[in-house]
Amino acid sequence: MLGRRGITWAFTLPPAAWLVAFFIAPLVLIGAYSLRSGSGFLRLTDPWELSLQQYQRIADTPAWQYLLVVSLVMALVIAVAATVLAYPLAYFLKFRAGSRASLYLILLLIPFATSYLLRIMAWKLMLGPEGAVNSFLTWVGLISHPLDSLVYSRAAVVIALVYVWIPFAVLPIFAAMQRIERAQLEAAADLGAGPWSRFWRITVPLSLPGALAALFMVFIPTVGEYVTPALVGGSAGLMYGNIIQQFFTRAGNWPLGAALSMIMLGLTLVMVLLALRVVNLRRLAT
Amino acid sequence: MTTATGRRGEVGIGHTRIPLRGYFGAMLVLLFVPIALLFVFSISENRALTFPIKGFTLDWYRHIPDIEGLLGAARNSLVVAVSVATIATALGTAVTIALLRFQFVGRRALTAAGILPLVVPYVVLAAALLLLFRGLGLPLSLYTVGAAHVVVALPFAILIMVARMIGMDPALEDAAMDLGSTYPGALRRVVLPLMGPALLSAWITCFVVSFDEVALANFLVGTGEPTFPVFLFGQLRYPLQLPSMIAMAVLLMLCTLTLTVVAERVRRRNP
Repeated sequence: MLGRRGITWAFTLPPAAWLVAFFIAPLVLIGAYSLRSGSGFLRLTDPWELSLQQYQRIADTPAWQYLLVVSLVMALVIAVAATVLAYPLAYFLKFRAGSRASLYLILLLIPFATSYLLRIMAWKLMLGPEGAVNSFLTWVGLISHPLDSLVYSRAAVVIALVYVWIPFAVLPIFAAMQRIERAQLEAAADLGAGPWSRFWRITVPLSLPGALAALFMVFIPTVGEYVTPALVGGSAGLMYGNIIQQFFTRAGNWPLGAALSMIMLGLTLVMVLLALRVVNLRRLAT
Repeated sequence: MTTATGRRGEVGIGHTRIPLRGYFGAMLVLLFVPIALLFVFSISENRALTFPIKGFTLDWYRHIPDIEGLLGAARNSLVVAVSVATIATALGTAVTIALLRFQFVGRRALTAAGILPLVVPYVVLAAALLLLFRGLGLPLSLYTVGAAHVVVALPFAILIMVARMIGMDPALEDAAMDLGSTYPGALRRVVLPLMGPALLSAWITCFVVSFDEVALANFLVGTGEPTFPVFLFGQLRYPLQLPSMIAMAVLLMLCTLTLTVVAERVRRRNP
């Protein structure tokens, strides 16, 4: 039989090995690649010349820096909008839906379970010049020419992503609100607090960790987006993730792509560390 | 104490008059309209997604097998998602038990590494894994996609399992061992049965995460057989085949939808 020590190894070694091989090693490798000079598809065995050449090139290219700032701002706007729009939904589920809350929650999860690509595509098909919205408006006679400004813009990317993330953002907020005891609100009412006062002084502070978790659970995947901008953004709506993708595919410059990736990773981790000072993840897990 | 002002006989404390029910309803409609439109166009005779609709047909569903590679891509996604869900759930269970029951060096590091994929943008992880596989000369395939999907599914498995196991008393295992069971025996016969619903919920969540994932798969699948989302992403430029693609997507959507509803019900029944 396995000893106590053997059991510990049996439980920790497989996940540790998987994470080292497919999570930690690749991130270390991309960090190392970003410090190589040269360009193109450099192999591991090609000579390594360490330099800050790639970062220097990014520092000399204002267009990429601009796109990075734009992407961060877009991700922030999308995350804030999705969280703000989701908050009343979570509030309704917790405090107003009563016994039908779980049914309503499932209704909300249905769009979330629908393929993300399909929902983005639905927006594209709806908003495009030949799309459902334009052809419907033309058909009923509200407009005579299709509106072509609806798709292929930054605004289209923002709208599509907010739409995609709203149901997801409800979940952590709802989870945080589940821990609010009715007795806490009743106690406040007994002490003379009205509905608004109770909301601002009890519900909001107690659900804030959930709202912040929602904010970051939307922000992180969004800041690295390249699929949605490619589908609904067009050339006017590209994000920072699209440059990274291009340097790893068509444009084929791995060291430069690696440096661009490291900058995004670094900024994301800094923002997460800042958030962790506010949100206690351990409390959210329960 | 409290004053009875609530409706439905509930002891209430009154609330503002903001029409939250209306907001919730309007939001649901907004969320469902695009999905409903997709469904409508999968049975409409129109080749392009335009109004007015001329008539309804099931032809697009019948033409699904005619699109080269479509069924193969759906099968690939299914195989990858089932493997990923199984591996990620097994690894997630191991991490959870190790975290909550064992004392060992690197306990915090292992947990952190298991959760951290949540905060790494997919495009960065995809690029990093591409460098690793291509750098080592490994061919890109469904295996490389699966390896990546396990990494991003693992945090979900861990969070679901920890939420369940954190409320379980370790004395249950001690009792089993006092009665003569070995530790693995106690885990198998006491802990795992109690974890059942969480295991199923974690498995289904990981399945959906992998089945729907396109950003990582697009980097790591190579030029060979694509998964369904990668195939869909590549095909979106050919509007002629669009109705059948949508029909297939609607069919797959019904599958993941059923799974999600089952997962949610299981999770709710055993909080």
